[in-house]
Amino acid sequence: MPGFDFSNYNRNAALHARGVPLPKATSTGTTIVGCIYEGGVVIAADTRATSGPIVADKNCEKLHYIAPNIWCAGAGTAADTEFTTALISSQLELHSLSTGRKPRVVTCMTMLKQHLFRYQGHIGAYLVVAGVDPTGTHLFTVHAHGSTDKLPYVTMGSGSLAAMSVFETQWKPSLTQDEAVKLCADAIEAGIWNDLGSGSNVDVAIITGDKTTLRRNYIRPNERTQKLKSYAFPKGTTAVLNEKIIRKAELGNFVSVHELTEESGDKMEVDT
Amino acid sequence: MAAMFSQNPLMNGPNYSVNDAPRVNAPEGAREHRFDPYTDNGGSTLAIAGAEFAVMAGDTRLTSGYSINSRHHPKLFKIGGTTADQKDATIVLSVVGFAADGEALKEKLDAVCKMYRHRHGKPMSVKACAQRLSTILYQKRFFPYYAHAILGGLDEEGKGAVYSYDPVGSYEREQCRAGGAAASLIMPFLDNQVNFKNQHIPNSGEGHALQERERRPLTRNEVEVLVKDAFDGAVERHIEVGDGLQMMVITKDGIEEVLLPLKKD
Repeated sequence: MPGFDFSNYNRNAALHARGVPLPKATSTGTTIVGCIYEGGVVIAADTRATSGPIVADKNCEKLHYIAPNIWCAGAGTAADTEFTTALISSQLELHSLSTGRKPRVVTCMTMLKQHLFRYQGHIGAYLVVAGVDPTGTHLFTVHAHGSTDKLPYVTMGSGSLAAMSVFETQWKPSLTQDEAVKLCADAIEAGIWNDLGSGSNVDVAIITGDKTTLRRNYIRPNERTQKLKSYAFPKGTTAVLNEKIIRKAELGNFVSVHELTEESGDKMEVDT
Repeated sequence: MAAMFSQNPLMNGPNYSVNDAPRVNAPEGAREHRFDPYTDNGGSTLAIAGAEFAVMAGDTRLTSGYSINSRHHPKLFKIGGTTADQKDATIVLSVVGFAADGEALKEKLDAVCKMYRHRHGKPMSVKACAQRLSTILYQKRFFPYYAHAILGGLDEEGKGAVYSYDPVGSYEREQCRAGGAAASLIMPFLDNQVNFKNQHIPNSGEGHALQERERRPLTRNEVEVLVKDAFDGAVERHIEVGDGLQMMVITKDGIEEVLLPLKKD
């Protein structure tokens, strides 16, 4: 039975007539953008993660790896963007191995939309897919319900209107790489300052025919302001009810220990 | 599918994932309409009473949803002066919550203070003003001012006084209070740094017998440092707090106002 499925039409019309409103679209805080230029494509994202009005992570990564030549910026439910991109990345790698060809951006976009459509929007992943493959440079948006767009410049997330206002005033048909990076970074900054769901830093990924460059924290306009006072307590301030000492050498008996180097992770903010 | 099998027995029957399902016994075509008179405009306030001063502070961001409506919208108001610029005022009111109600509350309290001055030929004491504010809030018990108010000034002995309120007029004089969106982030910090809660004197005893750190009145400079650090901390972790910090210091010489920048993301 080809064509559309109208079997829900009567039910929905009846519900609507009895006062059930149409489904409401929701988007969680983020600004992500992408822009094609001559020679490649640039995508960028802010680094704020929120739960409700609270900032959950001040410097998270919203630029996801799909393949060496395909990257994805994700907005919406964090877990959904993370798992969906990882799943498609895996499938695409197997596909690439079995065909012996480089993965294509359209393939990635089609797999994403078919996966998301199957789950009828319940997987809250809103993605900007960008890449360069043997057929050329590509830039897409994929919505959680499975719709896609193919455009020269795109924005998504709660800061999409702020970011789009930058594109709509400054975008031009031919851009150099530096111009495209600047334009994307400016668009993200518009989101950082004007959208409460977005904030902190700008991440940028530049994809060309030969390589991908990830510029993590390309701009950091929101360094933490120095505290005016030290809040270190004198030793013994906290009441101790009982005490058991486990030395560092014995720690391995209870948990698995990994020694961290300077570059192996984000440094934690610690009071001096 | 989860929404189809609600655990709530009241919701059983034709089950919808939305609240405004049609009323069961309503006449044909009848529909319930709703009026939403309140908005939450975010932001946060803070007040600390010292020995001979009181410090009031609030951020200046005005939000609705994920949008910033204004980066400079003060939440602190001088109350009960003789002129429009309030330069001889001695009391400060801070309001956070629904900005329009805050503004209305300020206007009302200011008018009351001015009437009092005309009737009695003297300015209202903070104690009297605090009691009157409670009455004003309770008068609207069933359509409340959607605001968390804090009143600050100097009492009859010249000591710093801070009064905090709930939206319907329950109030209390306190040493310090945080209000608004980031109240839950700032208040524990204040408990620890102003009232020295959970701080003990090292080596003064064992376990529960450990002596608590003794309270002492903070200096004006110490309080100002705490206020700035409290807001810088709140800005880092609450999206509705930012842009500017407005601070008013009430002393026997009058009210000093300071405006400091906060992060704008």
